[in-house]
Amino acid sequence: MSAPVRVVLVDDHAMFRAGVRAELGGRVEVIGEAGTPAEAIEKIRTGHPAVVLLDVHMPDGGGLAVLEAIGTSIPETRFLALSVSDAAEDVIALIRAGARGYVTKTISSDDLADAIKRVADGDVVFSPRLAGFVLDAFRDAPVAPSVDPEFDQLTPREREVMRLLARGYAYKEIAAELFISIKTVETHASNVLRKLQLSSRHQLTRWAADRRMI
Amino acid sequence: MRYRSAARIMVVVTSTVPATRRLYRRPDRGLAGGVASGIAEHIGVRVRIVRVLFVLLAVAGGLGLALYGAYWIVVPAAPDAGRSRLPPWLEYLLAAVAAAGAIAAVGWAMPLGSLFAPTLLACLGGALIWRQATDSDRVRLRRLSRTSLVASGSDRLGRLRTVAGAALVVGGGVLVLARADFTAIRDGLLAMAVTVVGLALLTGPWWMRTVSQLGAERSERIRSQERADIAAHLHDSVLQTLALIQRNAASPREVTRLARGQERELRKLLYGTRANSGQLADELRTVAAEVEDAYAISVEVVLVGDAPMTEPLAAATSAAREALVNAAKHAAVTTVSLYAEVEPEAISVYVKDRGVGFDLDAVADDRQGVRGSIIARIERHGGDVKVRSQPGSGTEVEIRMPR
Repeated sequence: MSAPVRVVLVDDHAMFRAGVRAELGGRVEVIGEAGTPAEAIEKIRTGHPAVVLLDVHMPDGGGLAVLEAIGTSIPETRFLALSVSDAAEDVIALIRAGARGYVTKTISSDDLADAIKRVADGDVVFSPRLAGFVLDAFRDAPVAPSVDPEFDQLTPREREVMRLLARGYAYKEIAAELFISIKTVETHASNVLRKLQLSSRHQLTRWAADRRMI
Repeated sequence: MRYRSAARIMVVVTSTVPATRRLYRRPDRGLAGGVASGIAEHIGVRVRIVRVLFVLLAVAGGLGLALYGAYWIVVPAAPDAGRSRLPPWLEYLLAAVAAAGAIAAVGWAMPLGSLFAPTLLACLGGALIWRQATDSDRVRLRRLSRTSLVASGSDRLGRLRTVAGAALVVGGGVLVLARADFTAIRDGLLAMAVTVVGLALLTGPWWMRTVSQLGAERSERIRSQERADIAAHLHDSVLQTLALIQRNAASPREVTRLARGQERELRKLLYGTRANSGQLADELRTVAAEVEDAYAISVEVVLVGDAPMTEPLAAATSAAREALVNAAKHAAVTTVSLYAEVEPEAISVYVKDRGVGFDLDAVADDRQGVRGSIIARIERHGGDVKVRSQPGSGTEVEIRMPR
C-alpha cells in the first residue's frame, strides 16, 4: 500500500470540513483546510496536494475561482468537486474548468475515500446523477454541423458505460457486465470527461456560462 | 451550504435584466442645466464639442436654444447627480422667463390665443393639486376622473349623461360645420394642437416623474412580497420539521425520514423542479418521494428524457413503485437507485439496490409481489421485465415498455 493521499479540504463551512476530516479518518492525509477561495489557492500553492476536495458554492467565486486561479500550474494536483446540489448542471462549469469528477455531499465515507483515491490515481469520478446529465446533454445529434464532431458525440460504448453508471453500478460491476477490464471502463469514463470539457455542445456551453457561480 | 444556495436563488429571483444605458442630465457638472455634459458623457465626446454645437445651432435661427430647452425639460437629471451649479434663484428666473415667453408667443401670435392663458392657469392649478396630493388621494382622483368621463355600464344615469354629452358635442360640431368658415376652423384646430403640445411640454416632467415613482413603488412591493413568501414557506415547512426532528431525536429512522422529506421539498422550491404533472419524470419523482416517506430510505433518482403519460407508462410507473417498495422492505439497505431513460421507441426503468438479494426461483408461487404486481402487469401492456438477483449481491429490476 502506498502512502496515504495528501488532501486539501475546501468548504466555507468549518463544521462540514471537520465532519469530512473525521469520516475520512486515517484513510487519507488531510494536509490543509480552507474556507475561502483565496485561502484555498494559497494552501494548494504551498502544499501541492494530490487531491483537492472542492466545494462548488462558496462566497467570492466558489470552487470555480480556485480552479481558474490554479489552472494547470500544478499538474500533480487534481480536483474533485463536492456539492450539496442535486443538479449536476451546477458542476458542469467546474468540470469544464478542469475538475476530475463530482460527488454529492450525501456520499458515504467509504465511497468518498474511494473517490479520492481514484482521482489521485488519475481516474475520473462520475456520480449516477452526473452520468444521467451527460446522457441527457449528449442525447440527440448536434443540430448544426458541429465544430468538433469528435467531442460532440458519445460512442455507443461510452453511452453504455454512462447508462450503467446512472443505474448505480460500480466500475467493477460495469466491467463484469460488459465483459471488459476495469481499466477499459476507466478509459471510457475519462474519455467522456474530456468530451464534457471540450465539447462545443450548446447545452454544455450554456450551462457553463449560466453557472458562473455566486 | 444550504443557506448559500438559498441566497443564490433569491438573487436570481429578484434581480432584473441589466438596465440599458440612459441619457441623463448632469446639472452638477454643466454650466446651465447640465444638458451638454450629459450628452457628452452619454456618447463619449468632449463637453466642449457639444457646447459649441449648441451655440452654432442657436445662432442659426434659434434652433439650438429650443433644443436645449426641450432637452432640459425632457431629460431627467442623473440619479446620482448633485445640485445644479446654477444658483436656485437664477434657475427659477430662467424658467419664469421661458414660460412667460412661451405664453406670450402663443397668446398673441395664434388665433384663439386669448383662451390660452386661462387654460394654462387651470392646468397649472390642476398640476399643483396633483403634486400636493398623497398617494391615496391620487388613486381617488384618478378613479374620480375616470368615472366622471366614462360612466360604468351599470350606472343608468351615468350612461344617460354620457349619451347627452356626446349628442351635444356632435350637435355643436354639425352646427359649426353647417355655417362654417373652413379657414377659421383650420386655424383654430392648429392653435389647439399647439396649445396641447405646449401643455405637454410644460406639465410633462411632472407626469413622467409621477409615473416612474408609481413604477418604482410597485416593483418594491413585488420584491417584498416575494421575500414574505419565502419567509412564510421556511416557517411553515423548515421550522416545523426542525421542531419535529428535535422531538423525535430518539428515533434515527424518523429523523432521517423527516430530514429527507424536508430536503426534497426545499430542493423543489430552490431548484425549481417544476411540477409537470402528466409527465413520466414527474410521476416517477412522486413515486420515489412516496416510497422515501413511507419506508425511511433514500431513493437516488436519475432521469434522462421525458414523455407524456400513457396507460403503458402508468403501468411501468406502478411497477417501478412496487420494485422500490420491495427493495425498501426486504433488501435491508438505506439507498435504492432509480434510473429511467426515455428512448424514441421505448422507455427503460431500472431499480437497483445493493442489499441482501434473493433467489427468484425460491420465491413461493403464491407471493404476489414480483410476479403479480411487476411482471404480469408489465407483460399485459406489452413490455417485459428482467429481475436479476443473487443472494448477497443485491437486486436489479429492469422494466422495458414500448411507447
